[in-house]
Amino acid sequence: MTDLAVDLPGLKLKNPVMPASGCFGFGREYSEFYDLKKLGAVIMKAATGEVRYGNKTPRVAETTSGMLNAIGLQNPGVEKIIETEIPFIAAYAVPIIANVAGSSLEEYVKVASAFNHAESVNALELNISCPNVKEGGIQFGTNPDMAAEVTQKVKEASNLPVYVKLSPNVTDITAMAKAVEKAGADGLSMINTVTGMQIDLDNKQPLLANKTGGLSGQAIKPIAIRMIYEVKQHVNIPIIGMGGISSAEDVLEFLLAGANAVAVGTANFQNPFACPEIIDELPAVLQKYGFDSVKDAIGKGHGV
Amino acid sequence: MKRKVELVVKSVDVIALDTFEMTLVNEYVAKTAIPGQFLHLLVDGHTLRRPISIANVDRNNNEITILFKIVGDGTKQLAAYKPGMSIDALGPSGNGFSYEGKLNSVLLVGGGIGIPPLYNLGKTLKKKGIKVTAVLGFQSKEHVFYEANLRELGKTYVVTNDGTYGYRGFVTSVMDQIEDFDTYYSCGPIPMLKAVTKQLQDHSGYISLEERMGCGVGACFACVIPTDSHGGYKKICKDGPVFAADEVVL
Repeated sequence: MTDLAVDLPGLKLKNPVMPASGCFGFGREYSEFYDLKKLGAVIMKAATGEVRYGNKTPRVAETTSGMLNAIGLQNPGVEKIIETEIPFIAAYAVPIIANVAGSSLEEYVKVASAFNHAESVNALELNISCPNVKEGGIQFGTNPDMAAEVTQKVKEASNLPVYVKLSPNVTDITAMAKAVEKAGADGLSMINTVTGMQIDLDNKQPLLANKTGGLSGQAIKPIAIRMIYEVKQHVNIPIIGMGGISSAEDVLEFLLAGANAVAVGTANFQNPFACPEIIDELPAVLQKYGFDSVKDAIGKGHGV
Repeated sequence: MKRKVELVVKSVDVIALDTFEMTLVNEYVAKTAIPGQFLHLLVDGHTLRRPISIANVDRNNNEITILFKIVGDGTKQLAAYKPGMSIDALGPSGNGFSYEGKLNSVLLVGGGIGIPPLYNLGKTLKKKGIKVTAVLGFQSKEHVFYEANLRELGKTYVVTNDGTYGYRGFVTSVMDQIEDFDTYYSCGPIPMLKAVTKQLQDHSGYISLEERMGCGVGACFACVIPTDSHGGYKKICKDGPVFAADEVVL
């Protein structure tokens, strides 16, 4: 029997696989394909202080082995999410991670505080790395001092464990990770999308209405692996790894790099059953490479 | 529970410039699809699926027909599929056309690759004894397809932008020749839909929208359309692709 369980701050996971924020809505659509109880946890779509309508379309474009998106944090606002979305996911008795976004320190604190009163939310993912909104978000994710400040403020305001979601769009990912660890982060979540652009040959203009978007999918997996591998050597808090995962082999690669659990994003779009299929295949893949449990494999890519 | 389906390619034919007709076999889709719905097709090696409207359903033989135009790598690859190969799809997806209530006559207004779902609808309505009139718009003569199919359903006007076939101009150019009708249904490029909904604003109507999609099931918020001036959005893949003409802002 292969043991898939992982214990992280606030999260007792029966398996290490969860859908990534923004790629799974609030679970309703995928609950029509399979029982969400199967998942290790659910990371909800980002919540902001008030309703946000997002960017103009086109919001997505396919790229070689990946895709660009610039949704722009469309969501009904934190209070509505607590009222109407969380009870739906909670009915599946699966751990819930709420993704917290904002444009200012005050908004981050407001959203994080709101989840204090939300039963069923087990942890926060602090989204300081959305590349697709004009103001806010990303500057907190690219400056270590600002990242530390927002982490500290949210930690003070929240009674939940906080996983800070790091942007890969920085020169020194380790500096970011160390800064938020020092500021009190309980864990890291990495990586968010890589900023990119596609230009349409017919119109001779950027294809996305937002011009730039976040690159995700298999194309960014080596970037994620490298960053997790580096960060693992410098921090002592757990890492939820993500970036191009589409198979159980990919999950093992992330575990070896140092991730304690993983999130699956873009793969859900291609295959709505991506998460449950990966969970089903993971035991055999772990065994094939000589591991009896997920815990055994974590960080084993770093030598002895 | 929703499912993924495997459709087997029966035939692929060129029917106009860069335009293909593909017949697929799958019992579940053939038995359940309604006019206006689409298939979200996975073309091997591509990250995102392609949403393609259903153009015809043969329930007796479990066959579904789709039409598509080559606009990029995905559709180019799809056109090269051979009979016997199978295609992974989500669907039938989305909400179809609404035709409840008392209808005696309808107008179909299609532009280019927006015509296929209207053909499927027109066939269904004609069977119910409803009078069908169609206006088909194309760029030029070599793009024209399904004219004969639509003529079997009722009086059909063909318009080309450059006048190389049928009437010259846009679909809106022939509207003054059309006898009155109860409801219209339209699908095509956004500028055409804007012109059509404006010209026919005194009629009730439904439009079907196309947009680049991510998940195709309503989870990713990629394919949205504004519903009013206050910033509300509907999801094209899940709330549509068919909307009442006054429900969305083009």
